[in-house]
Amino acid sequence: MSTIFEKSHTGVMGVSLPACDVPETAIDALIPDALLRDAPPDLPEVSEPEAIRHFTGLSRLNYGVDTGFYPLGSCTMKYNPKINEDMARLPGFASLHPLQDVSQTRGMMKLMVALDEMLCAVTGMDRFTMQPAAGAHGELTGMMIMKAYHESRGETARTKVLVPDSAHGTNPSSAALCGYDVVTIPSDSRGNMDIEKLKAHTDDHTAGLMLTNPNTLGLFDENICEVADIVHRAGGLLYYDGANLNAIMGISRPADMGFDIMHLNLHKTFSTPHGGGGPGAGPVGVRRDLTSYLPGPLPVKNGETYGWETPEKSIGRIHSFHGNIGVAIRAYAYILSMGAAGLTQASETAVLNANYVMQKLKGIYPPAYDRPCMHECVLSAKRQKEQGASALDIAKGLLDCGFHPPTVYFPLIVKEAMMIEPTETESKETLDRFIEAMRELAEKAETDPEWFHDAPRTTPVGRADEVAAARNPVLRWKG
Amino acid sequence: MSSYIPIGERERGAMLGDLGLSGVDELFAQVPPALRLDGPLDLPDAMPEMALISHIRSLAEQNCDMDHCVSYLGAGVYDHFIPAAVDHILRRSEFYTAYTPYQPEISQGTLQAVFEYQSMICALTGMDVSNASLYDGATAYAEAALLACRATRRNSIAVSAGLHPHVREVLATYGRFCGFSIETLPLDNKQGTTIIEKLPEGTAAVLVSSPNFYGVIEDIAPLADRAHEAGALLAAGADPVSLALLKPPGECGADIVVGEGQALGNASSFGGPLLGFFAAREKYLRQMPGRIIGQTMDHSGRTAYVMTLQTREQHIRREKATSNICSNQALNALAAAVYMTLMGQEGLKRAANLCLQKSHYAYEQLLQISEISAPFSGPFFKEFVVSLPLAPTTVNEALWQRGIVGGYALPQGGPENGWLLAVTEKRTKAQIDSLADAVKEVLA
Repeated sequence: MSTIFEKSHTGVMGVSLPACDVPETAIDALIPDALLRDAPPDLPEVSEPEAIRHFTGLSRLNYGVDTGFYPLGSCTMKYNPKINEDMARLPGFASLHPLQDVSQTRGMMKLMVALDEMLCAVTGMDRFTMQPAAGAHGELTGMMIMKAYHESRGETARTKVLVPDSAHGTNPSSAALCGYDVVTIPSDSRGNMDIEKLKAHTDDHTAGLMLTNPNTLGLFDENICEVADIVHRAGGLLYYDGANLNAIMGISRPADMGFDIMHLNLHKTFSTPHGGGGPGAGPVGVRRDLTSYLPGPLPVKNGETYGWETPEKSIGRIHSFHGNIGVAIRAYAYILSMGAAGLTQASETAVLNANYVMQKLKGIYPPAYDRPCMHECVLSAKRQKEQGASALDIAKGLLDCGFHPPTVYFPLIVKEAMMIEPTETESKETLDRFIEAMRELAEKAETDPEWFHDAPRTTPVGRADEVAAARNPVLRWKG
Repeated sequence: MSSYIPIGERERGAMLGDLGLSGVDELFAQVPPALRLDGPLDLPDAMPEMALISHIRSLAEQNCDMDHCVSYLGAGVYDHFIPAAVDHILRRSEFYTAYTPYQPEISQGTLQAVFEYQSMICALTGMDVSNASLYDGATAYAEAALLACRATRRNSIAVSAGLHPHVREVLATYGRFCGFSIETLPLDNKQGTTIIEKLPEGTAAVLVSSPNFYGVIEDIAPLADRAHEAGALLAAGADPVSLALLKPPGECGADIVVGEGQALGNASSFGGPLLGFFAAREKYLRQMPGRIIGQTMDHSGRTAYVMTLQTREQHIRREKATSNICSNQALNALAAAVYMTLMGQEGLKRAANLCLQKSHYAYEQLLQISEISAPFSGPFFKEFVVSLPLAPTTVNEALWQRGIVGGYALPQGGPENGWLLAVTEKRTKAQIDSLADAVKEVLA
């Protein structure tokens, strides 16, 4: 589709603005000429209908959860309830200014305090900050809290953060950004963290451990109590990456597993849309004795009134204002819609759906670890790879079947990995159609692997030349 | 049974049967029994949609939002007009229910829209390259500091006292934990603009903002010269709407341009989600943080867009990535692209001029009140400071009785009894006259 710049024609405008109703002064009488721009910025000039056609046209080149099945592992692409969109757009929230006096924002403060309590109920933590704008931002905030905690105890020699080899890339990246040396701990033959290796690497230089549980293999770390014990005994803290919380709501709580600090991805577990890459929200929760390190200010209820407070040893501010509040409102609406029983049912169904898909496919795509999975399963296309169709090929083939593919080549420790997360909002019929498509693609790999080379065929564009894109970057319209 | 879960009793039974299980509980056998919750979560029962609407609406109605009053609050988040068409595009669920565009073949909509957003940000800022967005203005400044430290192998950042205090707080947090020190550059008391006496050795970057927190337009060019003489980068913050009128920082020697993009078609939303924009000179491209969208071709020669230069990013480089960012603010960038498209170069210029004219009108009206003075003489765009004879919070309380949300009461360290007012294109002459009358009454 041509760019909006190519549709531009001089002198057209897609908005109607009022005439100036105050006495007008020449611009260069108000701002010195040297500070003014010589030529207008090259923005497109189109009417409103042309703008709407263009962006509606673009939207039709996209695939979202509302379009179809989106089993993108580790991303929890569940349905985004429509009422939540309406609630976040109520003018009382959407047009509220973050610096208004608390007397004017009472409903907002109530919601923030109530959401904090709900997230604490689900996780067992004692207090959350809404400031982190995404999961990785939450991880960085958590690492800062960890560092501040050790520093306040004079333990500045704790320079290492342990991260399993199955971790999301953001974990080592966030730890490194916070100045930590990252030590990678391998997984054992059951997909748990290797306890012996963990013991060998844990000492008085250990600041803490970052762990997703269930991990990115879709497996609950069966030794989590021992893991927590090893790290705590060495004086370290445990950080919980909440990306996979959708497996365990109402089943088990991170705080009970021994985690001290955690983030949640509201855009995963709590149904807020991902927006094509964001905004998400990554609230960070901590256990009681770490609440004094949280970023400030935090909303607080004092009797019948609300206010802001900054904890005594706060790491400081991490966001311009209070975080992605529009996302938090959607999550609040979701939790209320689901209730305690509904959240538990969501996790149970997510786990059931993932096990069902794994069971039906494991004969042709062997799982990385043959044991029941949690909310997602990691299968391997290594057999198909040998036949001439890689995990990437299978993914592209799925596009032609009308499905969004699973996450491929992650976790890094599984060859030809395909990480499938169906979520609880998919019907058995959809799962069966997906399973059927995966079987047909396996057959294709066996009989006609060449077929994959031109896949996908039915999408708006075919496979893109990513090497050329990186070698000769074209990153903006240049006319 | 939640209306969002399509697996009913019958399906569950059939699926469990296929798995050879008698109950869902058996799926959780791998969770150690000691860690299993033995009762329901301490949460309310499910709320039907009708009850949910009335509950949340009642919360919203306990807030006094800017659609229902006349507001002069700015200080980082602005009450600009948003054409209705913007939200109609944002509500296209093909956009908002998609994930990060890992599969380019079915994500061309997001990818091309962000490519167009990057192009528009480059046009406004006068820079070569833009990324796909960061969390907000404050973290965009922090990423600019980090880029400068990587590029110069230095670790001291000179920060203008004219940066938003919250941005300075976020920079302090990042500095403390991510390894850079901060020197503060003072403001000239009269002009309200940044002074560079001498840059400390090892300065990686100078961070300034124009207009600055006090609304004063800074002359970036001489500041960039001072930074470059010291071997440092110049990172300039900007109000994107002002760039329809002001000389782009790219033409003033800036190496990086960052800022808060909320003003471009995004709701105030109690301060989030916001939109951090980040643009730079091409030579820093491979040091940039975050997603970048590039144009290429598919195998049959059709134009295609992809996420590119991903070897900078955490999912490839892990602990060696240029930033840990993964999710960004893609939908807010889309809003900005749609907004800039609707406005076009002429519309944005008109809106900017309305801000300029109306804020100057408000400034003149307030200064006609004898007890009010202007602490700074530098030129301004849509926001300015006046000094009141009493605490601004007192004046704000009195204005609130009249349905007016007054300006931001400046914190310690700024002008005494400083009151920061933002006047956008949404304010009318009648509203501004009422403000001046009300202030007169309050001070009388």
